[in-house]
Amino acid sequence: MTRPPDGPSPLLLDMRDIQKRFAGIPALADASLCVRSGEVHALIGQNGAGKSTLIKVLTGYHRKDAGQVLFEGEPFEVHSPHQAQVNGISTIYQEINLVPLRSVTENICLGREQRRYGLLDWNAMHAEAERLLSRFAIGIDVRRPLGEFNTATQQMVAIARAIGFSARLVIMDEPTSSLDEREVGVLFSVIHQLKAEGVSVIFVSHKLDELYEVCDQVTIMRDGRTVRTAAMKEIGKLELVAAMLGRDVAAVEGHATAFGERDRSRIADVMFSARGLGAGQAVRNVSFDLRRGEIAGFAGLLGAGRTETARLVFGADRPSSGQMTMEGAAYHPDRPADAIAAGMGFCTEDRKGEGIVPEMTVAENLTLALLPKISRNGVLDDSRQREIVERFIRELGIKCSGPNQKVRELSGGNQQKVLLARWLAMNPKLLILDEPTRGIDVGAKGEIQRLIRRLADQGLGVLMISSELEEVIEGADRIFVLRDGVSVTELEAEAANEEKVLTAMAHGTSASSGATT
Amino acid sequence: MNRARLVRIIGTYGVLIALAALILFGFLRYDRFLSFYNVMSLLRYNSMFALVALGMCFVIMTGGIDLSVGSVAALGSVASALASPYGIVPGLAAGIGAGLAAGLINATLVTRANLMPFIATLATMQAASGSALLLAGNQTVSVSYESGFTAIGQGNFWTFPIPAAIAVVAYLIGSLVLNYTGTGRAVLAIGGGEDASRLMGLRTDRVKFLVYVASGGLAGLAGVILASQFGAGQPIEGVGWELFAIAAVVVGGTLLTGGSGSVVTTLAGVLLLGILFNVLNFENGMGWISLSAYWQSVIRGLFLLVVVLLQARLTRRRLNAL
Ligand SMILES: Nc1ncnc2c1ncn2[C@@H]1O[C@H](COP(=O)(O)OP(=O)(O)O)[C@@H](O)[C@H]1O
Ligand SMILES: [Mg+2]
Repeated sequence: MTRPPDGPSPLLLDMRDIQKRFAGIPALADASLCVRSGEVHALIGQNGAGKSTLIKVLTGYHRKDAGQVLFEGEPFEVHSPHQAQVNGISTIYQEINLVPLRSVTENICLGREQRRYGLLDWNAMHAEAERLLSRFAIGIDVRRPLGEFNTATQQMVAIARAIGFSARLVIMDEPTSSLDEREVGVLFSVIHQLKAEGVSVIFVSHKLDELYEVCDQVTIMRDGRTVRTAAMKEIGKLELVAAMLGRDVAAVEGHATAFGERDRSRIADVMFSARGLGAGQAVRNVSFDLRRGEIAGFAGLLGAGRTETARLVFGADRPSSGQMTMEGAAYHPDRPADAIAAGMGFCTEDRKGEGIVPEMTVAENLTLALLPKISRNGVLDDSRQREIVERFIRELGIKCSGPNQKVRELSGGNQQKVLLARWLAMNPKLLILDEPTRGIDVGAKGEIQRLIRRLADQGLGVLMISSELEEVIEGADRIFVLRDGVSVTELEAEAANEEKVLTAMAHGTSASSGATT
Repeated sequence: MNRARLVRIIGTYGVLIALAALILFGFLRYDRFLSFYNVMSLLRYNSMFALVALGMCFVIMTGGIDLSVGSVAALGSVASALASPYGIVPGLAAGIGAGLAAGLINATLVTRANLMPFIATLATMQAASGSALLLAGNQTVSVSYESGFTAIGQGNFWTFPIPAAIAVVAYLIGSLVLNYTGTGRAVLAIGGGEDASRLMGLRTDRVKFLVYVASGGLAGLAGVILASQFGAGQPIEGVGWELFAIAAVVVGGTLLTGGSGSVVTTLAGVLLLGILFNVLNFENGMGWISLSAYWQSVIRGLFLLVVVLLQARLTRRRLNAL
């Protein structure tokens, strides 16, 4: 068979009119996805649009209710991720699906172990794991349990594992949400290599810029449907966003974030201050002030010590040096309960692991920290609980079928709102938000950003850690740049711009750090 | 050395240190503690528990539990006693077969019917116990002394007790399977995250199935040794064996929540508990204290509880350190 030299390569995957319901509620309604050989295909859509579900239908994790799937031209019916893997589809799921207790090698090699005389050949497997990771410029002790490494490394291990199966199609569901720029760069070069080898890639991401860097084709989903498929170079960023949100292009033009105008006059006296905080290698010398009604942004690369600093403030870890004051008094939290008593709240970056309890309902999750306050003689006061829950669902615009829906079934953005509501219900004075909009789609992201601004305007002090430059620059009233555990720069919002922040993140040194170290 | 590592090392090798300390204590305090006779009878007696603990170890590593091992061993002892007149092989086959059948039921309930392991094996525990009593006609069943069947429990291999040799071989195989086969690694992966393992393309149901079947088979084998060693199939034996096995596994540093563990240290756990109870006997014999069987039972229960509590604390540290 002949085809024109520049013509399209043959279809590798053809998913048509896929339908899938969960407990009667449609997650996919007429979703379609076509991927050609050697193509990098972007799959985008708001949170809850059905991207992950579509992928899990393809890999046999979920069983579809209707529709048809062709893979390499043949009907493709698999009933388990194992079968999909055997048939040449290798997947990195959105939730990093690895086993933290087991070694890096096992996590990479499980399912395609190397044998000698019928027994596992550990030396060969360690070497294989090291070889795969070296493609990503990662040199770690592969014998150590995976859980000892940070999220970014775990994500890279997940990617290395998927690449290791010589697959025809590699699926990556939001692989970059926990990676920094350098790591993303490495991932992209690997994707280019895969493409050169004729492997197709399905790439899910919320970061639109990334898509233009690596993807050839894009499929946009909304509410469980495929709304558009186009060549990447023929569709503009604004058009993409508009299609995801189902809005006009004109409506999404303007600011990159949705924090809105800040009202500096509302910022009051210093509420919290830290001087020379240090703990181990991660935090060496961090000083900053936080005022009432102010959003202080922490910028920095992954590993700059932002989360670790937040944990010190919240009493989750203990500092080995430095002082903190809260509302004028010395503040030495021994445990998070002390921080909570002092009026602090902390939404961690690891929503799934440390925040929400997926199997519990919205109402239960929301009032978890509040139980002692809404119980009488140890018995839960139902009407008070309902009142509080309904108020927050309304005020924060939490999209759920009702207070009794399981949080597991909510989209990431709405899970984040539930977490926020849990802390807000405690009436905090200071709220620490670690990556509040990570992994959240554009629409919900805007809502959360507006909410953060509103809270600050109401007098709350907000400490916001974010890896997205725009978020820090447009959202924060004052920006602290951390680098290698040292607060190197403080910038007033008006004086801040991307260049200054980036420069500080990359090369910043501060006078104070020079003086104390 | 960082804390995570230290905690891990204590979790893994603590049992070996404790075992050495206990042996030293016994050696210094009691004259005949390290006598040939005491050591060999200790090994002979504890081999049954070792086999049951081995199966339990694999089940726990997948994040499950098998509460039926005690009554399955009782059932195995009755079945093998009934078959003992036909020789060693039929005796072995009947006991192990009964155990495998019970294991098959557990495996089916857990992987096909998706019952919680705790409930599934509790049900099997009742059923196996009832079947043992039915088969035995509500009494102990004497084994045949002519067929050579008693050699399994009472015989020696040179001077080493045959049941202990069986246990050693079983542990060697278990260790090999755990460390050098894909199935063994899958056992640990499933315990560390079942959903993650499934998404990784591991055949989680198949592995879990195997583990419960193996646990049943090993309990059946323990039953054969029980019958052969004491000359009778004992339908009401096996009470509390599951707790002993769980404790031995846990003392051996295997996480009760699954995902991390070792076969060799489980054997050390069995020996530690076995020797500890042996020491209690010696202490009784010294005349300083006099404990009735009931009190001994209470003390054992308390001890096992303490061990499990300690390990739960260690586990929390270990997971936090990750
Ligand atoms: N296991 C599940 N049970 C019930 N509802 C689910 C489940 N998984 C996903 N959903 C629902 O299906 C919809 C699509 O979710 P998902 O595929 O995760 O979206 P995306 O990956 O595009 O963010 C959402 O409304 C979500 O709540
Ligand atoms: Mg998703």
